[in-house]
Amino acid sequence: MKVHVDMEKCQHYGQCVFEADDVFSLGDDGKLVYKVDVDDSRRSDVESAVDVCPMQAITVE
Amino acid sequence: MKILIVGAGLAGLRTAESLRGAGFAGEITIAGEEPHFPYNRPPLSKDALAHGLDIADLEFKRRESIADVTWLFDDSAISTDYQQQSVLFKSGRLESFDVLVAATGIRPRTLSVPGAGKSKFSLRNFEEAQALRTSMLGAERIVIIGAGFIGCEIAATARKLGIEVAVVAADPEPMFRPLGAEFGRAMRKRHEARGVKFHMNAKIAGYLGVDSATGVSLESGEEILGDLVIEAIGSLPNTEWLAGGGRDLHDGVLVDSSMRATPADEVSVYAVGDVARYSFDLFDSTPRRIEHWNLPTETGRRAGKSIAHFLTTGEVLAEAINFVPSFWSDQYEDNVQSFGIPGIADSINVVDGELAGDCVVEYLRDGKVVGVVGVNTSTKLAPYRKSFQESN
Repeated sequence: MKVHVDMEKCQHYGQCVFEADDVFSLGDDGKLVYKVDVDDSRRSDVESAVDVCPMQAITVE
Repeated sequence: MKILIVGAGLAGLRTAESLRGAGFAGEITIAGEEPHFPYNRPPLSKDALAHGLDIADLEFKRRESIADVTWLFDDSAISTDYQQQSVLFKSGRLESFDVLVAATGIRPRTLSVPGAGKSKFSLRNFEEAQALRTSMLGAERIVIIGAGFIGCEIAATARKLGIEVAVVAADPEPMFRPLGAEFGRAMRKRHEARGVKFHMNAKIAGYLGVDSATGVSLESGEEILGDLVIEAIGSLPNTEWLAGGGRDLHDGVLVDSSMRATPADEVSVYAVGDVARYSFDLFDSTPRRIEHWNLPTETGRRAGKSIAHFLTTGEVLAEAINFVPSFWSDQYEDNVQSFGIPGIADSINVVDGELAGDCVVEYLRDGKVVGVVGVNTSTKLAPYRKSFQESN
């Protein structure tokens, strides 16, 4: 699956990191870093990350 | 088998998704009092107020798995018949249920002082945000009653729009109850540096103005003038429609760790989101009703899972609550973020930076960290959430 974060919306709260820390992380500068190509086996946790994003900035295809 | 979810906000949505995720294939009806699908409320006091937002920008994505849910809008629940297992709505509609989920959230508390009618606002839903924005755009100065998160966020938004702001509140400092006096004082100074005038420890005697509010008068005799007045003095849980079923409805619906309303009987009633009160087992056993961003999702997920479990096995899912309350607040360029329950602490410890700038603040009770709050330090806060879950 493909993960996309709208970086215009993202405020780097890092809530997604708790749901799937192998996909999302905060860099030393506090900015969000994420993987675009993610194995389908991670779908459930990535969808949880979509749910908890305060800015609703994450989409999954 | 029909599950009736009353309340079409985030918690109701997550409950439905979780029911489907747990394999429940029966009928689900979600009934909301607003004319909208579930939408994201935090932007209402921030971007939606500053820039104006369309409801389409705020609506949550609805998953394919809940495409067959029946949605009812614009109708509020009036009463529950526990014998017939049905809910009566304002329109006269009667909805039966096998399992009832209360997701009716909260409404703004209103001030019971004499005077005024028009030009008086509160902020909870999309229409209120739109009305407030329209009036604010024509205002030169406003009065905000209440210095909690909503009050402070509206103050920050109004200052960005170039509007003069006076905040009037009964507490000694802004955000006093959730974050304490020291942090609150530092936040007040940030606001004052931007030109907000605070009237703290103030008791309001009444509204000024005949038809429209033109300000408020204080018991001290002082008058504070504004083109409009906003009440942001907290909220009340919407539980009246659940009366008569023997459940504990004192300050929300008391629920167990499976989100089942207590004391429970053979009628299945659950509650989720802002209306639910329960103990946060990672911290202590006192039931609390906490209105933080992540909890409608946590409670909705838990309820869906436990209802499905109960329907399949006939047994209550007994699993301690491991939710860590979390919220954030944007005020000017500052981002305040919190994990845990800082409001129950008896002391604070600034572990990084200083309260006047970017900082990390631990909140302790009996020497144990029960919350962490940061300003512009989200990376440094992350490990705390894990530690709450691991140390218990």
